[in-house]
Parts: sequence; C-alpha cells; structure tokens
Amino acid sequence: MTGLLLLSIYVAAFFLCFFVSRFAVQKLFTKKDFTSLKTVTFGDESAVQANRAASVLSVVLVFLLWVAFTNSILPLPKATGPFVGEVQFTYTSTGPEGQTDDATVKILVYPEDIQFYKDTAGNPMAIPPKPATDPGDGFAKNDSLVVPRYGSKVINVLGNDEITKRGGAKVTHLNGQAVAFGGSVDISGGSLSLTEKGTPFFVPSPGLRMARLYLPAPELTLSRFLQLNAEGYRNFTLLEHTWASLQRVVLGFLFGTLIGVPLGYAMGLTNWSRGWFDPIVEFMRPVPPLALIPLMIIWFGIGEQSKIILLFLAALWIMAIAARSGVSGVAIAKVHAAYSLGASKSQILRKVIVPNSLPEIFTGARVAMGVCWGTVVAAELVAAEKGLGMMIMVASKFQLTDIVIVGIILIGIIGFLIDVGIRWLERIFVPWKGKI
Amino acid sequence: MSGLMIDNISMRFDLPGGGSVQALKNVSLNIKAGELMSVLGPSGCGKTTLLNIVAGFLAPTEGQIRLGENVVHGPGPERGMVFQQGALFEWMNVRDNVSFGPDMKGVSRKQSGPKVDHLLEVVGLQDFKEKAIYELSGGMQQRVALARCLANEPDVILMDEPLGALDALTREKMQSLVLDLWKETGKTIILITHSVEEALLLGERLLVMAPRPGRIHKEYNLPFADLGVGNDLRDVKRHADFSITREEILGMIWEMEEEIMGRTEAAQ
Ligand SMILES: Nc1ncnc2c1ncn2[C@@H]1O[C@H](COP(=O)(O)OP(=O)(O)O)[C@@H](O)[C@H]1O
Ligand SMILES: [Mg+2]
Repeated sequence: MTGLLLLSIYVAAFFLCFFVSRFAVQKLFTKKDFTSLKTVTFGDESAVQANRAASVLSVVLVFLLWVAFTNSILPLPKATGPFVGEVQFTYTSTGPEGQTDDATVKILVYPEDIQFYKDTAGNPMAIPPKPATDPGDGFAKNDSLVVPRYGSKVINVLGNDEITKRGGAKVTHLNGQAVAFGGSVDISGGSLSLTEKGTPFFVPSPGLRMARLYLPAPELTLSRFLQLNAEGYRNFTLLEHTWASLQRVVLGFLFGTLIGVPLGYAMGLTNWSRGWFDPIVEFMRPVPPLALIPLMIIWFGIGEQSKIILLFLAALWIMAIAARSGVSGVAIAKVHAAYSLGASKSQILRKVIVPNSLPEIFTGARVAMGVCWGTVVAAELVAAEKGLGMMIMVASKFQLTDIVIVGIILIGIIGFLIDVGIRWLERIFVPWKGKI
Repeated sequence: MSGLMIDNISMRFDLPGGGSVQALKNVSLNIKAGELMSVLGPSGCGKTTLLNIVAGFLAPTEGQIRLGENVVHGPGPERGMVFQQGALFEWMNVRDNVSFGPDMKGVSRKQSGPKVDHLLEVVGLQDFKEKAIYELSGGMQQRVALARCLANEPDVILMDEPLGALDALTREKMQSLVLDLWKETGKTIILITHSVEEALLLGERLLVMAPRPGRIHKEYNLPFADLGVGNDLRDVKRHADFSITREEILGMIWEMEEEIMGRTEAAQ
C-alpha cells in the first residue's frame, strides 16, 4: 500500500516539477549553446541533454520521500505517523446467565525505537511501565498494557476475569458496540478486534510511515554509517569491507583483461585462434557469472582465490570479445596504409591495431567492471569473511536494515565512481572517440 | 627509378554462393618511371581491384606486376597508397602521421625531421603539426595523407579517388597540389578518379576502363597535366581540346553505363 502511494507521489512529482520548471525556472538552468538553439529536439537524440535541474530535483525528492515516510527526526514534511500514546477502551463480557460486565483497558503505545533513544545521561531508556489501574468491580477486570508502535497485543481476558470462556462467558461488545467473533471496530489510535476464538486484540494504527525494520530514517542510516566507519562490523571497518570488495574486483578485472585482451586480439588476427577459441568464448559469453559461483566454491573453496577466479572469468569473455571487435573494427584502409608505409606485422599490431581497438576496449572495460562489481557482491552474499556483500547479507539476517541500506548506497556510489573513472581514462587515452 | 609493368593481369572473385565475378581480364600496361596516369571507368569496372593488385593487397589469379626487376608479392614501401579517406591514424598528431613511414624503418626523428617539416610546408600544414587528425578538415586530412605517403619516398604512388570526398573548391586546390608535387618529386603516379575532368587535368596518360569483365577500353596521351603545372587549372579547362576530349570520354562512359543498365534490366 505504502509502496503504491510512494510510486504515485513520485510520478505526480515528476510531472509537477516538469511543468513548474518549464514555466518558471527553465531559464536558470538552460545552457546557451548551439544545441539550445535547435528547435527540433523531440526525436533528435543528440539535442537531448540531461536537464540538471531535474537531476537535482529527482535526488532531493527521493530524500524527501525517505524522510516523509520514515520516523525521521528531521524537521521536514511527514506522512501520518504511527500512533504513540495512551488509549483506553472497554470490552463487555456476557456471562452464562446473561449478566454483563464492562472492563476498561488502558494501553500505552510507546515508540518502537525506544531502546535506541538515549536519556539525558546517555543510557538507553527502559520499556515504560504499565499505566496505573485498579481491577474495579464485577467479574470483568480492568487491565493495562504496554505495546510498541507497529506492534499488537492480545488482551489477557482469560487471565484477568473471574468468569471467562471456561466459565461460559464471552466478550460481546467492544467500546459498547456489539462485535461478533472475527469482527473489529476502529478506535482512535488503532483498531480493536475479536479473534476467531473471541479474545480482544489491539493493533495500534501504523500510519503511513515505515517501521525502522523496513526502512530506517536517513539520520539513523547516517549514524550507522559513522558507527560502521569507527567501530566496524564483523571485525572489519566499513573501509576494510569496501576495500576487500574493491580489491577482488580490481584483481579479477586485471587478470581478465591481461588474458582476455590478447585472447581477443589473437581471435581477431589469426584463423586458427578464431576457430580454436570461438566455441569456448561463444559458450561462456551467455553464462552469467553468478551461475558459476557454486562451481567456484566447489573447486576453490570460499576464500579469496575462488572469488578472484570468478571475477576473472566474468571479465575475461567480455574483454576478449571487446578486443576482438576492436580488431575487426579497424578500417582496412588504415591497415593497408600502414603496410604500404613499410610497417611489419608487429608494428601493425602495436601502432595500428592496439590504438584503434582502444575505444572498444574501454567500452568493454566499463561493461566488465560493472559486471564484476555486481558479481563480487553476489559472491560475497554467498560466502565471505569480509566485503560489502557479506556485510549486507549478515546484517539482513539480524534485521539490521540500516546496515543493509548503507551497504547498498555504498555499492551504488562505488559502482558509479568506477564508471566515471573509466570514462575519464577513456577521454585521456581515446580523445578521438566519437569525433570521426 | 624503374617502370611499372602490369603484365596480363586477370582477377576472378569466387563468390561464396558459387559462381564468380571476373573483375579484371587480361589487363596489360607499361608505366614509365615518372609518369602520371589517371584511370577512369564506370563504377565496378575493376579500378580499385587493379590498384589493390599493384599495391600488393590482392594476388591476381593470372599475370604479375613488376616494378623494375622485382615481381610484386605483397605490399611494400616502394609503392605508397593514398586512400579516399579514413586511412590516417587518429591516435597520432599530424607530424606523427607523416613520420610514420620513416619511424617504421627505424629512422630517427632527428634524421627524418627536416624532410617531414619540408613536406608539411609543401602541403601547407606547417602550422598544424601538433594538431590531432580529427581537428582537420577533409582537405587538410588528404594533404596529410599525401605528405605521409611522400615522406616514405615511394617509387610509385597509388591513389584511389583521393579527392573524391572533397568539396569542389578544395578539390581544385588539391588538384593543383598533386600536379605540383608530381613535378617536384618526379614520382610515378596512378590516380583513380570518377571525375572525367580530374582525369583529364591530372593524367599525362589517361586510361578508360570498361566493365564486365574489367579491361582497358581506350588510352589517351594528354598535354593538360604539363600545361597545368604551376598554372591556373581553370585556364587549362578553357583549352579547346579539353572540352572536346571531355565530351568524347563522357559519351564513352555514358554508353558503358547505359549498356550495364540495359543488361541489368534484361536480367530482371
Ligand atoms: N572482395 C570481393 N569479392 C567479390 N567481388 C568483388 C570483391 N571486390 C571487388 N569485387 C567485384 O569486382 C568488381 C570490381 O570492383 P572494384 O574494383 O571495386 O570496382 P571500381 O573500383 O572500379 O568501382 C565489382 O563487380 C565488384 O563487385
Ligand atoms: Mg573503387
């Protein structure tokens, strides 16, 4: 339900921001260059530039939604929160001779995260005591309970009352309203129902915000991030986890490139290699690296070796195919020209084929790095001592959603930075790309 | 320097689906050292194939190419190529492209530098030495290609529609440049073109080829190339014989093209 609501808000915001920006703030962000003078942009892909204002808005919106739909303490607009506080209601028990008696139940709904809130001395606050109440007259006795927000509680009629189900009594009314077994009434602060067996049951209203278990608030995630940095998780700091993953990726990718690129060149340059390696490469190419994890574990165990070999295999085929198509992409005129200028085969390779295949190799490297990064996380999910994948997997088992979120954000950011880094190298090494 | 012998060349391409194309049949030619020969013909008549055989990129099914005493078996630095476009190395700047031939031979930059600088000056690119290839216009790129070929000091220069991708004005300037370079260096040049005017202007000898199978149709010896050296090519074009020869050759090529069309229609 909340998910659907979020989606509709997001879509609505997309259009709203679009129209607002179109009529109000467009001028602030539009670059004045040649492209801005093109009148036909719809259908001319080259004239479509990312509207940076939209990018900023989009990220801000995600953050705002995150705050609004969690129990964040940030002073920003919030969705209806879960009920917290005291409620009181009555139930009416009808005895075997038709006699009735009311009992009043007080329920204190306390913040679920109470154990995470520190008191002024910095100590965790205890679960609050039950509200004071006295049993009262009649056979149905008054009661009081505490329940965490997002929780639920069965009212202990059987334990309290003098005449109970066993004595032939049953609860017939809630807050004065007749309710059948399985029925329910809404009261302020939650909903009150009778179970199929006739026991009153209170569920405090959850509101629209997500419980910490499902989505921790931004500031909690941040403080978890800081804590992970300082204290670490499972014997390793966040930096060590990140470095462990990154190291595997870099090693696997390097080995894959060192073997894959010459392999691709060989396939692009000689009939024999093309024929020899074609079946293997074409067979391995569609096998997702994730499918190899079990085999790698059987063969090489769960240590570093098996992971690096897995990533090596993930990068190998991609780099081989990239290098191969880099070779086949050489304009034959360039090769002919080089031969006519007296170049030998090895000079052709070094001076023509290698530089000419660089654009393809960089494209391959971006794909391979992306695949490796995804694969390392998955491999660590299965078995590892450290690494971001291991961290989020173990944290999820203990329902430490904030660690999971920290891990996911880091994985995303690092994957993005890797891609940016490769593109940066590409601009340095292949300045002619896209210009010929 | 030695002459180029094209000795009874035939070329048949076997097609993958069976059948074959006779791209050249019994082509024989004798090109003297220092001659500038232009080759004309309807498209598909085997001009590129002939040039590729001379360059050594293709082995003919029959016949042989001789440069002086040596039989051609593959590409070599004594036969330089200038392509229509896309043959420059984008990963090198202008100077490195032009120095490519000497570099491959292991000649030091110190030694090759003055010659390279001179050639870049001759083609008018002395101010663009450090520029990247993709920063140059099409005409400038072709001048780099010419300089690169000359820097390697080939005996024969083979050009396959070298000016075909240029606009008319640039093309005219480049035609003058080719003539000047020819006179200055005295190289043997074979120049393929699909422009009759260009063939007339630049060809000391002009070869008209006919298609299916590709063969020599007619040969001319022309005075225009010599007239054009150091002169305005527009004056040359006003020469009375120029338009007469042009009309004659145009008519010839038209006829061939129509015959091809007729045959294609009949086949359908
Ligand atoms: N590699 C090849 N395989 C098959 N046929 C070819 C090949 N190269 C050229 N041909 C054929 O040979 C003929 C001559 O081609 P080409 O020399 O390119 O002509 P031109 O340069 O005069 O336009 C054409 O009919 C062409 O289809
Ligand atoms: Mg051709």
